[in-house]
Amino acid sequence: MSGTTLYDKIWDAHMVEADSDGNSLLYIDRHLVHEVTSPQAFEGLRMAGRSPRAPHKTLAVADHNIPTTNRAGGLDAIDDPESKLQIETLEKNCAEFGIDYLPMDDIRQGIVHVAGPEQGFTLPGLTIVCGDSHTSTHGAFGALAHGIGTSEVEHVLATQTLIQSKAKNFRINVVGQAPAHVTAKDIALAIIGEIGTAGGTGYVLEYAGEAIEALSMEGRMTLCNMSIEAGARAGLVAPDEKTFAFLKDRPRAPKGADWDKAVAYWQTLTSDDDAVFDKEITIDAAALPPLVTWGTSPQDVISIDGHVPDPAAIDDEARRKATERALDYMGLQAGTPMQEVTIDRVFIGSCTNSRIEDLRAAAAIAQTGKVAASVNAMVVPGSGLVKQQAEAEGLDKIFIEAGFDWREPGCSMCLAMNADKLAPGERCASTSNRNFEGRQGRGGRTHLVSPEMAAAAALAGHFVDIRDFKAEA
Amino acid sequence: MEKFDKLTGIAAPLDIINVDTDMIIPKQFLKTIQRSGLGKNLFDEMRYTPDGEEIADFVLNQAAYREAQILVAGDNFGCGSSREHAPWALLDFGIRCIIAPSFADIFYNNCFKNGILPIVLPQAEVDKLMDDAKRGANATISVDLENQTINGPDGGTISFEVDGFRKQCLMEGLDDIGLTLQKAQAINAYEETLDAQPWR
Repeated sequence: MSGTTLYDKIWDAHMVEADSDGNSLLYIDRHLVHEVTSPQAFEGLRMAGRSPRAPHKTLAVADHNIPTTNRAGGLDAIDDPESKLQIETLEKNCAEFGIDYLPMDDIRQGIVHVAGPEQGFTLPGLTIVCGDSHTSTHGAFGALAHGIGTSEVEHVLATQTLIQSKAKNFRINVVGQAPAHVTAKDIALAIIGEIGTAGGTGYVLEYAGEAIEALSMEGRMTLCNMSIEAGARAGLVAPDEKTFAFLKDRPRAPKGADWDKAVAYWQTLTSDDDAVFDKEITIDAAALPPLVTWGTSPQDVISIDGHVPDPAAIDDEARRKATERALDYMGLQAGTPMQEVTIDRVFIGSCTNSRIEDLRAAAAIAQTGKVAASVNAMVVPGSGLVKQQAEAEGLDKIFIEAGFDWREPGCSMCLAMNADKLAPGERCASTSNRNFEGRQGRGGRTHLVSPEMAAAAALAGHFVDIRDFKAEA
Repeated sequence: MEKFDKLTGIAAPLDIINVDTDMIIPKQFLKTIQRSGLGKNLFDEMRYTPDGEEIADFVLNQAAYREAQILVAGDNFGCGSSREHAPWALLDFGIRCIIAPSFADIFYNNCFKNGILPIVLPQAEVDKLMDDAKRGANATISVDLENQTINGPDGGTISFEVDGFRKQCLMEGLDDIGLTLQKAQAINAYEETLDAQPWR
């Protein structure tokens, strides 16, 4: 009998009951909740007279809707009445149902996928869900983590389980050493470019290989975060010493003898050498350039030294039509060198790239010049703790000095639910995860890049090859 | 949840691949704390100008498709965000069935929780139904969940696959929280094993 994969092991360890149809009742260890996808779930509990089964296994924080300016005034200072109501509703629901809540004026508040790991709420080997597709982020710790809909949020609250059918195993080996300036974001975009936005549908991805082992925990979170952009609900990296070092002494991580016992268990969480994967690909990190998206799907990636593709050269009719539609929406001409594409806005933030390492990388570029006069650039830290750390390192001053806006933590212009959004036709270099039509504001044009590429574009006013980037004289 | 057994209705063709949930319901409509009322904003940015005027050539604005109950679409339908507002908006508009070559996982799952049947068919079959749908209001399609068949306007029958448990829940309009709560003993038994791993 062949060995088992990391995904198989976590799955088996959480099986409450299997039925004959191939569906299983899976135990859920951790549940993250935010203001946008939870109100109807709490209302459902209330209407059915149900209460949460294990409220201490849920952690709530407002992130999607929350303003990134003028936070000192608290809830009362939120201009948009609907946003305010949604955050108020979350606070009330948490109080009513006994759920831990990180309030908006708490230093721990932040994007749910940044705050969870910071608190040690995220641990290896756990099942973690949230009404947000980027829950895949937590797979960086070797946890089985995925997004769910609001009905399932209610199901998890009421039962601490989910009815699931098992996904297939897909290993992505990223071999070799990534060159300088080729980041976790570029590796993620390269994978999505290779397998497509539906390439991972029905699978759990396991990222393995030298280039993955070399990534920091922040980098692994960036990579796993974008698993959903490849269609996979979850991505995994086997936990290792970096994982344990990141988690040790976090508020919710186990302590003392429990810690030692946990680490001993976590060290068993790897795919067996003889495990069989349903699908497997290998990508050579050493051959990767920094990447940028040109279209309206995260699979529309091209090297920063490449050109806007020509739909006429695409044989497949559906793909050709999609490319024509994307270029029309993006206002781009086939054949244009990407580095000649000028930008209006820069967004550095989101659950993909708003952690301290991302801000350090962006600040290293920002300190070499000034934001171009034609560009409006903003930096939105992923959490209050990231912001505090960045300020302790003086990164805020570097950004402000260079002409970037330095904001309060939240999802912000990644999805543009709050006031941070693109105007129609505005073009943005963004460190976020989705370049869909209208994602950052109706008619807005999003190009996904790494933090350092975004910072360099802010200074130059157009995309630049970070490998050739020279500080201004 | 409303039961789904048989449906005969107008099918609207949405011949686009990778229709994402931001397209289905843009984020400005996610600020609601209710499930209902999202139908008017379904496909908002494709359906209306920034001034709120209808865009005449968008399929659901055409006279033949205003009452559509079935959507025929391209590959990877529902990709992106986990927002259940997407199936809520479709349902509120009146869509009870979506036919496509493939769906994104979370969206697919969310449909079943809301009485919507997503049907996966090979590309060639979808292409045929897409052609049928483009014929307009005369092109009604019949979906029979019990027998797992689709009948197009020309009388041909197509079979489809669906998970047995999900089929039963849809046909009986079952609340799966209620079903899971009946398994409380198994959940209790599982939770007793957690003592060995106190960090969980």
